[in-house]
Amino acid sequence: MEPFVKLNGVVAPMDRVNIDTDQVIPAIHLKRIERTGYGEFLFESWRFNSDGTPNTDFILNKPGYQGASVLVAGRNFGCGSSREHAPWALQEYGFRCIIASSFADIFYNNCFQNGVLPIILPEDQVRQIMDKALENPGMSLNVDLQAQRIWDEDEEISISFDLDQFRRDCLLEGLDDIGITLQNEDKIRDFENR
Amino acid sequence: MAPKTMFEKIWESHLVHEAEGQSSVIYIDLHLVHEVTSPQAFEGLRLAGRPVRRPDLTIATVDHNTPTWDLSLPVTDEISKQQLDALEVNAPDFGVTLYDRFSPYQGIVHVIGPDLGYTQPGKTVVCGDSHTSTHGALGCFALGIGTSEVEHVLATQTLRQFKPRTMEVRVNGTLPFGVSAKDIILAIIGKIGVHGGVGHVIEYTGEAIRSLSMDGRMTVCNMSIEAGARAGMIAPDETTFEYVKGRQFAPKGAEFDEAVAKWKLLPTEDGAVFDKTVVIEASDLEPYVTWGTNPGMVAKITDNVPDPSTMDQPAEREAAERALQYMGLEPNMPIQDIKIDRVFLGACTNSRLDDLRAAANVIKGHKAHPDVYPMVVPGSALIKKQAEEEGLDQIFKEAGFDWRVAGCSMCLGMNPDILQPGERCAATSNRNFEGRQGKGGRTHLVSPEMAAAAAIEGHFVDIRNW
Repeated sequence: MEPFVKLNGVVAPMDRVNIDTDQVIPAIHLKRIERTGYGEFLFESWRFNSDGTPNTDFILNKPGYQGASVLVAGRNFGCGSSREHAPWALQEYGFRCIIASSFADIFYNNCFQNGVLPIILPEDQVRQIMDKALENPGMSLNVDLQAQRIWDEDEEISISFDLDQFRRDCLLEGLDDIGITLQNEDKIRDFENR
Repeated sequence: MAPKTMFEKIWESHLVHEAEGQSSVIYIDLHLVHEVTSPQAFEGLRLAGRPVRRPDLTIATVDHNTPTWDLSLPVTDEISKQQLDALEVNAPDFGVTLYDRFSPYQGIVHVIGPDLGYTQPGKTVVCGDSHTSTHGALGCFALGIGTSEVEHVLATQTLRQFKPRTMEVRVNGTLPFGVSAKDIILAIIGKIGVHGGVGHVIEYTGEAIRSLSMDGRMTVCNMSIEAGARAGMIAPDETTFEYVKGRQFAPKGAEFDEAVAKWKLLPTEDGAVFDKTVVIEASDLEPYVTWGTNPGMVAKITDNVPDPSTMDQPAEREAAERALQYMGLEPNMPIQDIKIDRVFLGACTNSRLDDLRAAANVIKGHKAHPDVYPMVVPGSALIKKQAEEEGLDQIFKEAGFDWRVAGCSMCLGMNPDILQPGERCAATSNRNFEGRQGKGGRTHLVSPEMAAAAAIEGHFVDIRNW
């Protein structure tokens, strides 16, 4: 897994609550047998009109937000289906960090398996970042996982975030869960022999 | 010792390893695998040279992609076929039992697990599918996982989890006539919201839950994820034991009696403390219909479509406005005036024998409305066979319903069963997200009885007066 250490990237504000994984990547595109090939379908129904042309009202198609790598969204981001294709699609499109006041549990876990950092902040701080990014297209944010801190250029935004140490360390080092668990294989064997 | 909840007992009895500050490692008793979320996991094992640790605890079937038309017809979608073919290679390569398209045991993973007796009280159950919460109806800790976690379970037979909190949802009293298990869970989601259960395992308790059949309990637990919960569960009782008894892969004879003795120790003890409790009175419940684009956007059949302009919270108001626009509905219009084009009876929520019987009972002797195209997709090949033995298929066919073969079908539209843009569907499935049943499609979630009556009338009706 690709480690996540630091990031400086453009912020895309998606001011909607309960964005479900069917919107992140529609089921019709889950038929591939690889972990790649999903980025082009990210937010497909919102990004494109029915004739396939870009929907210029959608935030990712507006000037200034191209190449964004930080996504800010309303509460309960990633609800619905367990499809890991959602973080795969987000990552392939270029997002490495997602900020919201809450995440759906399965989506949250899936992010950590793929080098994507989901940050949970209080509603008012999410609102501050959202509003500033809406007013200033192209605004970028620094994310430092080691220091557990995010800030913008003028440091008007300067926020510390919580994350349990285990998940942080795994992400910093790009550690694979299976390898960590198999370090305790004797315990699995003991359990099976009980 | 402090009294424990059922969840705590199952969690503790499956703990393999815990260390300060780390996620815990819990043992998995049953791993269900399907074609969509497994190919990348098997490929990962192959690249790392790892075997499946316990193929004997792993069961695979195909459900999401499979066409529900005549089984003798080929799969025409080349990419779907590739995914189905991948599982047909992976399962035997890794020694995993596969119920393929033509197996008499094929069906939706969450239908066949309990139906074949694999799902039993006290087990930990996982599947790369969020509706794994269904199995909790038998008194399991059952949860949906992502593909990396599928690979983790295949390789280690364990799952890493931070211990969730517990929530009791108690439904007091007797269910009124015409109110089903689906209405209970829609009411709960409407009350606590689609994020109300995040980080929690819900245990459903109370007289109204106890009175449900196993099929009804599975409907309730199925949609736990729609409230954001990690899992849903119901304590096993005589209804559960009677259900499990005699099933293909359930313990038999003396082994069954021993198992029941253990299962009786599972229920939450008096005085055990939940982190949160929500109480609902069954007498307040009516049949429900969703009007929006998430399962929390729900109204009673006697209500009107809500008016966003009366909502205080900006986020709630904007979401409601967007939902009404997508759904093509006007604020304040009566729910019963909503006309439908399609009916979908099926999905892991409502495709079991009780569901099919309830719907058949409603439509018997009637014809589907000429403007409505209704279809029935049984949850498994076995249920289809049983329904046909009871003559349910004839009732559906005579009423003008399409009778299909088992699969996930139009719940998520990965196979050829999809809504066309703008089409409106009364569905017994679990998600009314934008585009869920096909791009531009409009989904209203309802019980099988309500879907059946809507098919006859062409619009939603109050099943209690019908």
